[in-house]
Amino acid sequence: MSDLPRRDPRQEWIARNRLHPRHAEVLQEMGRGAASEWWGPGGLVRRNPHAVGFVGPNGVKRIDRSGTQQGACGGGTATPIAERKPLVEIDAPAFMIAVVPDMAGGRLSGHDRDLFGLARQLADADPAARGAVVAVIFGPHKEADVGEAGIDRLLHLDSPEVAGYAPEARLGALIMAEETWSPRHWLLPDSKLGGGELGRRLAVRLGERPATGVWQVEADAEAATGWHCTARGAAGSLDIRRPLPRIALALAECAEPVSETRHAAVELALPQPLPSTLSRIQDLGQVSVDPSGVALSEAEFILSAGNGVKDWQGFHHAAEVLGATEGASRVAVDDGFMARDRQVGATGTWVTARVYVAVGISGAIQHLQGIQTCDKVVAINMDPGCDMIKRADLAVIGDSTQILEALVTLVAQAREEKRDAA
Amino acid sequence: MQPESAMTPGLEVTVLVSVGRHPLTGRARRADQDARGVELARSLADAQVRLLHAGMRDESSEAALRGYLGMGFTELSLLEQSEGADVLPALAEALDAASPHLVITGERAERGEGSGLLPYLLAERLGWPLVSGLAAVESVEDGVATLLQALPRGQRRRLKVRLPVIVTVDDAAPAPRQSAYGPARRGAFEATAGPVSADDEWASWHVQPARPRPKRLKIVKAASARDRFKAAAAKAEGGSGQVLTDVTPTQGAEAILTLLREEDVLR
Repeated sequence: MSDLPRRDPRQEWIARNRLHPRHAEVLQEMGRGAASEWWGPGGLVRRNPHAVGFVGPNGVKRIDRSGTQQGACGGGTATPIAERKPLVEIDAPAFMIAVVPDMAGGRLSGHDRDLFGLARQLADADPAARGAVVAVIFGPHKEADVGEAGIDRLLHLDSPEVAGYAPEARLGALIMAEETWSPRHWLLPDSKLGGGELGRRLAVRLGERPATGVWQVEADAEAATGWHCTARGAAGSLDIRRPLPRIALALAECAEPVSETRHAAVELALPQPLPSTLSRIQDLGQVSVDPSGVALSEAEFILSAGNGVKDWQGFHHAAEVLGATEGASRVAVDDGFMARDRQVGATGTWVTARVYVAVGISGAIQHLQGIQTCDKVVAINMDPGCDMIKRADLAVIGDSTQILEALVTLVAQAREEKRDAA
Repeated sequence: MQPESAMTPGLEVTVLVSVGRHPLTGRARRADQDARGVELARSLADAQVRLLHAGMRDESSEAALRGYLGMGFTELSLLEQSEGADVLPALAEALDAASPHLVITGERAERGEGSGLLPYLLAERLGWPLVSGLAAVESVEDGVATLLQALPRGQRRRLKVRLPVIVTVDDAAPAPRQSAYGPARRGAFEATAGPVSADDEWASWHVQPARPRPKRLKIVKAASARDRFKAAAAKAEGGSGQVLTDVTPTQGAEAILTLLREEDVLR
């Protein structure tokens, strides 16, 4: 049986004709549910207004006056937007655009996505001869679907040589990619996460003069490459307009990220394994830094205290055990429990933490403004109706002193077990 | 040049300094990152620090360069260049001749193109390793330097590299000391005429004062009118979080711990 809906014009006609003797029967059949009207025992026509209509694809109730209730099976069939996006496959690309994203924490950042948007702009300019966007990714990544970002080809290098801080080994891999595919452009993020450094090393090795701090790229028939770019220079105080070179290091928001299409992200491989070069720089790993010494505005993990905290000793101890930077709401600062430079919010510091734990903070609007860019917010509070609970990704209602104590115990236990196992 | 154990007492350090630009007034000053580099060099024990500048010599740049002399130096080597010249050949030649053990520079200049390429070009030309974004030099022993690199979010990474090396200094390095007026006045410039090569490409570009970048608009891409309305009417803060009520403190703590582990913030 095919899934095509078959129409029966006669049944539809009966369904429209309320005087037809088989009207109720046919409605039963077609309406796939309760009949909306029937003859009552006293000879009156009874109507059930709730049985009229159906739930449309967007979850809104619709009434179809034509009598046939199409799409009556409800709103659950709507496909997620990701699947409705058309898949773009470029089998024989005219040229390649290589992008080396930062992949901080194994995920594509907003900056990386903007860069892929720019790469698509360069690759899709001529519909007759489309280019392919090649992404070169180092190390393991956590992205479920990299094709969403606009990647046609994916070169994933996950060998131990390129792990950690290994700019020379990574440069070797990029040079090999250059020799294999010779992309028309190399795009890298001009960031402190490694992209800026790698891009400069690549440009110097290839003998190209790159454009750094690019924030705008426009088509220009007069330029040699067909594109002009505007780049920031002199510590952000100059705009330099120049033809787009082969290698460009772009700033965040240089282009709109890809949102309307999916791309194939076909896996590529280098023709030969990476040569094991002796690195002149030896990476001894990250150093544990004192979390209280990290500036509040750039701390990754903040434990913040408000009016609800009564046991301040316990709070400081918890911050120490968790390795979190301490923050505070304005009330805690005004009452003298915390220093002024620890205040989070519109009148204090705007924080960018990945995880923000608010202990006993009800969430004044000034405070919520200050934590706008935090990824995950955890609230520990007595009042289930406060604004911080609405903002939080995880809220625990209860006494903050006891919960922090339990948390400290759990963390200490886990560390103990790890030490025993080791 | 082979590093020897005997060289450690007399560690030769060259700091490349440039003329900076005050972000508000636009006046010439000592460049912030270069001054941090000088401070870093000053903090090294038993180091012979030499300042090197390549550029034009006029009244304002001389006043700015005296700022470095005021950090405790008697002289500054100056490679005279014309305006808008490419300083790379002159610097590479000077460094090749002096062959210091450690070269310290800022990450990028505050004037001109400011692309931050110079340290990379020098490293490639001299064949030395380069370490970028330094916060501190921990120790230099037996021709091997242990360096502390600044990472985003206040993190640090420890690296070991064999001398000679070129390092660039991050904004996280210790703040420079104040420039003392007397030594700054007394300091001398030791000017040498180096090779001058014009930068024709830079001259051909169109340069103007930076204009503010346009703010990105929030574009709602929705298939239906209902989705568009929902996106427009939605509150900024979505209330999709998980709320745990009536739980024991231990259960609550476990839930929090799971989230902290997922986000990988516990060390």
